[in-house]
Amino acid sequence: MIWDTIFFAILPYIALTLAIAVTIYRSIYRPFTVSSLSSQLLERKKLYWGSISFHYGIILVLLGHLLALLLPRGLLLWNAVPIRLYLLELTGLALGIWALAGLSILLWRRLSEKRVRAVTTPMDLVVLIIVIISALTGVLIATLYRFGTSWFTVIFTPYILSLFVFQPKVNLVAPLPWLIKLHVINFFIMLAVFPFSRLIHIITYPLGYLVRPWQIVIKNREVQGTSKLLHPQGE
Amino acid sequence: MNVRAHMSMLFHLDKCIGCHTCSVACKNLWTDRKGAEYMWWNNVETIPGAGYPTQWQDQQRYRGGWEWDGETLRLRLHSKAGGLMKLFYNPALPELDNYYEPFTFRYQDLFNAPAGDDQPTAIPISKITGEPMEIKTGPNWDDDLGGSNTYAWNDQNFANLPETVRVQMQELERVVFNYLPRICNHCLNPACVAACPSGAIYKRAEDGVVLVNENKCRAWRMCIAACPYKKVYYNWSTGKSEKCILCFPRLETGQATACAHSCVGRIRYLGVLLYDADRLPQTAMVRDGELIDAHRDVILDPFDPQVIEAARANGIEDSWISAAQDSPAYKFVKLWKLALPLHPEYRTIPMMYYIPPLSPIVSVIEEELYRLDVSEDIRDFELFDRVEAARIPIQYLANLFSAGNGTIIEAIIRKLLAVRIYMRRKTVDGVIDEKTLALLEEAGTNAEEVEAIYKLTTQPNMADAFVIPQYHRESAIEAWNDPLVHKGETGLGYIQPPHRGE
Repeated sequence: MIWDTIFFAILPYIALTLAIAVTIYRSIYRPFTVSSLSSQLLERKKLYWGSISFHYGIILVLLGHLLALLLPRGLLLWNAVPIRLYLLELTGLALGIWALAGLSILLWRRLSEKRVRAVTTPMDLVVLIIVIISALTGVLIATLYRFGTSWFTVIFTPYILSLFVFQPKVNLVAPLPWLIKLHVINFFIMLAVFPFSRLIHIITYPLGYLVRPWQIVIKNREVQGTSKLLHPQGE
Repeated sequence: MNVRAHMSMLFHLDKCIGCHTCSVACKNLWTDRKGAEYMWWNNVETIPGAGYPTQWQDQQRYRGGWEWDGETLRLRLHSKAGGLMKLFYNPALPELDNYYEPFTFRYQDLFNAPAGDDQPTAIPISKITGEPMEIKTGPNWDDDLGGSNTYAWNDQNFANLPETVRVQMQELERVVFNYLPRICNHCLNPACVAACPSGAIYKRAEDGVVLVNENKCRAWRMCIAACPYKKVYYNWSTGKSEKCILCFPRLETGQATACAHSCVGRIRYLGVLLYDADRLPQTAMVRDGELIDAHRDVILDPFDPQVIEAARANGIEDSWISAAQDSPAYKFVKLWKLALPLHPEYRTIPMMYYIPPLSPIVSVIEEELYRLDVSEDIRDFELFDRVEAARIPIQYLANLFSAGNGTIIEAIIRKLLAVRIYMRRKTVDGVIDEKTLALLEEAGTNAEEVEAIYKLTTQPNMADAFVIPQYHRESAIEAWNDPLVHKGETGLGYIQPPHRGE
């Protein structure tokens, strides 16, 4: 089907190109616009329930996806024992619901709090809707098409790897139910929107903080003598 | 010895009249923008009072500054890993209502209202939502002890004062207040820099100004909670942190900061201090009572040949060294030991200094008449011998300026009183007797020093009060770029307005 080719063989490359190129451009030439745009100053109670639930839920779920991509065999071995499979599935589902609940609170907060609405841009709503679709379809898939922790490794792990070697195996995803397809297409859209939206703050997560010294002192003026050595003007 | 120079400001609290001209000058210059309406990089608060933001000194709530357990110095806010865990929600962050919701008034209503029996009114409009709002609080809501039952008597600095003193201070006859102008303290051990996960905040080596690189700021907003003075602010519109920049564009062109320049009472002094960066750990990690001594020790004598040599080796220009020698900050802080940092117990080593205020003369009611509280055996009605009877309790000032060490405050108050008594004898009585000289000695000073203090306190001209060295920006440019290339570049290029990102 032509649509499958567009969505699963062309769209991913457009999205990835945009994500990489625009992110680099924005980080270098528009650094002022890169911010997590926190609104905690304006409202904190709903943010507490929304932000913590959403962020921790989604980070753990995403790490789960990454695990299935990088260690498919290990995951299958783990799932070989039913009790471990049920435990993993349930944990994933619970985290997904946690993230979805957080998102709902965040959307409610954004629409109901006057102060937060004052700093809301259309892009903020686009981002929220995309992320909600992602979480909602994810939770539904986990309930309706069970044991995704296992079938992901045989469908999506090879599909995603095939994208990276530029030989997309569309035939792997073509026969999937529309709900799962929506989840995937929505992810590619999210990837395309990523560099144009506040989502870009994900890659600025400051891990460098763990290793840098506490204090930062910047010398604008070099020590006399060394500056002359570095810039031998008039010579 | 690792000598660095620091631009410091000094506030002579006895001269502050609480007119807020400094705040307005600062606001007009720097924070008259969307998202910055609620910020007061410079504010003047009434002490005793709740301050701005409300109860900023309550570090149990806001978790600002550093903690020292006798061995290690820790940020009160978080460990590094703990800070990364709290990025999504920072429980210690103040919210807008801890400052106030900025507002304006719908003035058009005064002109556009239809004819009627009542005067038209301009209703308050929120500067954030643009909708009508009810004003619950505003800048300086507790100015001059307004609403003191709610604000002043809940001042954190009353915490360890005896109940009797607290009750006395609430009596109308004994009520007393003062003003405390506050800007960023441009600390030597800034908690905001240490708390910033992005590493966006830094201290300039050449003059010690602490700045936020807004291109690196990612709105993790840890600095706002970590600063114990609550002098880093979050711009809710641009999504970036902002703070006092000590008017560095003015300093670099030889002008005093806007707050100092506009000061009506001329309470502010600007000057260079030389300090030893190698001694900072010993300065921050001592017991509360020894903090002030350690703080005075880290400041170096700019006349000491060894210091001068080390300063030159570190690239400090001679103009800065001579500015340090003329510095009013050096004289008041180190030489005369009259000025103290605000809340040294936060251990950020703040570099803005305050000369504690004297109290009004104590009076008593006798037969329904007010009388000065002077008896035969007291040498002077300024209560030189009984500073503990001052209307502003010594312990209260000690809680503000010397980490609770009252003896440091007493010495300063006695010295300031000695200056007053000496000058009164000189100008009113016309003679300095033995008794007065003995009194000076008791206060740990001498006639020469007293005259110098008097002169710099009461009659400084602009060049005495603001000793601003040449910044030599040209050498800073040379360090990065060919001057001729730089000259060709200035005035060209695209300017990106600091607008909120998507």
